[in-house]
Amino acid sequence: MVSIRSIPSSPDSLSVKDMPWIVEHDESRCTLCGRCTSVCPVGAIRLSYMRKRMPKIALNSTERGNSFKTFVGIRQRTDVEHRCIGCGMCATVCPNEAIGPVPNPTIDRFRFQSTKGGNAVKRGGRRNTPGPSLLDRIIFDRISMLTDPALDAGRHEFQVNTLLGRVLPPEEYLSRRAKGEWIPPVREIFPFIIGSMSFGALSPNMWLGLLQGVAYCNEVLGIPVVMATGEGGCPPWVLKSKFLKYIILQIASGYFGWDEIIRAIPEMQCDPAAIEIKYGQGAKPGDGGLLMWYKVSKLIARLRGVPEGVDLPSPPVHQTLYSIEESVMKMIQTMSMAWNFRVPVYPKISGSTSAKAVLNNLVRNPYAAGLLIDGIDGGTGAAYNVSMDAMGHPIASNLRECYLDLCAQGRQNEIPLFAAGGVGKNGNVTQNGMALIMLGASGVHMGKYIMQAAAGCLGSEYNRCNVCNIGLCPKGITSQNPKLYRRLDPDEVAQRVVDTFKAINLEIKKIMAPLGRSQSLPIGMSDAIGIDDEAVARRLQIKYVC
Amino acid sequence: MCRLAMKTASEPFSPYDILKAMEAMQEGYDGSGLGLLLRGVEFADFNYQPTQPILSGIAHTEDALRRLNHFMQARGYELKYDHEFDLDLTKIESKDRYKYFVMVYKTPDEWQDLPQDEIDEKLTFTRLAIRRNGEEHNGDLTVFSFWPDVVMIKEVGWPLEVGQALGLDSGRIKSRICMAQGRQNTNYGINLYACHPFFIQGIGTMTNGENTAFVPIRDWLTGRHYPAYVGYQSDSEVFTHILHYVTKKLKLPLQAYKHVITPLKAEELEKHPQGDFLLGLRNSCRRLIIDGPNCVMGSLPDETCILVMDAKKLRPATVGGRDGEWAMASEMCGLDAMIPDRDRHLDFQPMREHTVVIPPERQEFKIWSQFDPFPLPQTA
Ligand code: SF4
Ligand code: SF4
Repeated sequence: MVSIRSIPSSPDSLSVKDMPWIVEHDESRCTLCGRCTSVCPVGAIRLSYMRKRMPKIALNSTERGNSFKTFVGIRQRTDVEHRCIGCGMCATVCPNEAIGPVPNPTIDRFRFQSTKGGNAVKRGGRRNTPGPSLLDRIIFDRISMLTDPALDAGRHEFQVNTLLGRVLPPEEYLSRRAKGEWIPPVREIFPFIIGSMSFGALSPNMWLGLLQGVAYCNEVLGIPVVMATGEGGCPPWVLKSKFLKYIILQIASGYFGWDEIIRAIPEMQCDPAAIEIKYGQGAKPGDGGLLMWYKVSKLIARLRGVPEGVDLPSPPVHQTLYSIEESVMKMIQTMSMAWNFRVPVYPKISGSTSAKAVLNNLVRNPYAAGLLIDGIDGGTGAAYNVSMDAMGHPIASNLRECYLDLCAQGRQNEIPLFAAGGVGKNGNVTQNGMALIMLGASGVHMGKYIMQAAAGCLGSEYNRCNVCNIGLCPKGITSQNPKLYRRLDPDEVAQRVVDTFKAINLEIKKIMAPLGRSQSLPIGMSDAIGIDDEAVARRLQIKYVC
Repeated sequence: MCRLAMKTASEPFSPYDILKAMEAMQEGYDGSGLGLLLRGVEFADFNYQPTQPILSGIAHTEDALRRLNHFMQARGYELKYDHEFDLDLTKIESKDRYKYFVMVYKTPDEWQDLPQDEIDEKLTFTRLAIRRNGEEHNGDLTVFSFWPDVVMIKEVGWPLEVGQALGLDSGRIKSRICMAQGRQNTNYGINLYACHPFFIQGIGTMTNGENTAFVPIRDWLTGRHYPAYVGYQSDSEVFTHILHYVTKKLKLPLQAYKHVITPLKAEELEKHPQGDFLLGLRNSCRRLIIDGPNCVMGSLPDETCILVMDAKKLRPATVGGRDGEWAMASEMCGLDAMIPDRDRHLDFQPMREHTVVIPPERQEFKIWSQFDPFPLPQTA
């Protein structure tokens, strides 16, 4: 008999079945090797002593019917800090397939207790909206092969690159050429861009792997892939290397890393691909960047010019931001001037109903080189759950509205729109990206997809893993702890980056060929797409197909 | 795939000759539309002055014709000649043809001192207003062109039948240039406005393919907010408007057309002597890059004829002829029908980088390659 008092019944007492992920452990297969407990990034499981009953046949009344035996088993912890995150590392390392996480099929009770200490919950990763996304449902239905059997994705030449930079209207271009005036810089790049992930958010090995892969794509394969740094600067050796031309340097509201960058300008061998001014991010609109203290290692502290091991929140807005007009003017002009107007400078904003207002402002600014809109499905290294889940605007209609607005003004070729936020979240990266391009994007940025494809990130829309914020990344992608990031071999990441872009490049052709397109990226080719939802079709001004 | 035939000769000839060439290529179209553009016009029963604008189109009802006449009168145009076709309407499929009009006008006296540009705009806007008028009245009035020295005829049906129905074999109407297209309906409904050739301010083009980049190009041209960039019942109409935009609005040399619609690749431009200029032009005109298989044939107000290939040469085309008489056709048999007794060794099949130009003198044709130096605009 157990006394009532010893039953844990405080509000936050949780059982294993209350947790979001339940670790299933098969004792009959377990050899107690201990690999799972040592690999578990959050310490969700531990070896512990347990007692079991050993039934016995009693031959006379003085003997007891049972005896008990103590044994060592695996136990899942149920406190908030040590909840299982479902990463599955235990299953990966177990030699006997004795253990693994399964998602709780019911609404777990854990979520009601996770605000322990009054801290609102933060995580990294993604928005956690499983199922096909809207982009997944857009299909390419204008097959011109029926009327013109002509293009072959494997045999013909395709022009798939896009332009990043302010493009002058033809009349203006000719007049400036005639007068010898400034022509804004324009880069010809691959339309799928590695979106901004900072050097602090990513581990050094991940970053190096990405850069190696990008360099290989450019220099060996001739696929002009570029990658954006995110806030927090760029390692000095990269700034002074010839690889800088593949890099979009981001400046965000914390200005982290910009001392180093500005100081390195005189020694730069080439210009960066572009400068991205981050005003907002899809995963957490209205919230500044956040690098949690776990990840502020010695190197990161040096790059960012801050002490080690402190939280690095960036302010939600730029200090200079009094109004959008003023900010756009000041920031864009200043950054342009820093490289003597040779580098495209464009802002990144979070998807929002106010995107059109920003865009119209940029149209009037002759230095603005484009606009990147990051939709609500964008990922992040760290954010409050509530921001990630509920703040923002889906990318498709936001982008489409902006594009149609530019069309109405006849300026769709002048300010390239880039779209991000959920591109490839279910693996259909090329399809998602090309759908956005046909809705009017000049290109797309992708972050999570690259982490998954190039580095084996474990995260999923079922809130699997998503602990990128606390430096415990079990794959070593988003950790500054050498013990963890040594797991990631930069060469292998580079190889996967190359594989990924080669495949995207081929898939773009497989989409373009049947549409009869090969001479230019089909930006705004909205007659080629359809969706099985009338309301969406109406909103996006595309075909309804069923 | 549609069929194209175009002939240019110093001596005016009957459009029926070209229809015979169309007949030779007949397996390539479905009778869903025939279009003719005549330039350098002569009428048997009227001494035509090539400065006078000619209005071409169809009035589908008596009321439409009456409205048209009022409309022109009210704007001060004086009717000088009304060409009477020797009609046989039984040969025409459509039953709502009241009158095919080819009417020569004298422009209002007060225009005399206007600059040419302004006159051009006035003629264009008159045509657009008539078109709108027809559209507002259930499409009972269709107008193809209103321009000096240009006659246009469009009709649904097979070329020879249409020609006979309109009595084109009588030789009462002749021209130094005749462009003809037999249409294979691809994407859009049968509509007279969707028949090639397309025409804007003296520039006419026709094509034998499909422009898969139509929608983005249309959206961009519409965004110029120039009232004459309208229509787009066919994806090929944008070819004409781009040629107009490049030569009239941007005032670039004719060579620029090919560089705009099918620009060279970045690596090729790097080696081109004017690569830097052309790369900038390509970026600025990026939305005008055409796609899909196309051979574009066109003629200009000074009677220059051009032929431009798509960037992959996915469509056939041949040029041939002799001093004073040249022809272009999408098929060799079409060329043979137009100029049978020519030196076939001089025939030329343009490749992806080529623009073929037959200058108004008609002594020879010129071949421009995109890799050749580009004549930079004087100021650039
Ligand atoms: S799934 Fe991951 S977090 Fe859960 S027990 Fe296994 S290793 Fe630990
Ligand atoms: S594997 Fe690393 S990067 Fe991926 S979700 Fe987990 S912590 Fe984040």
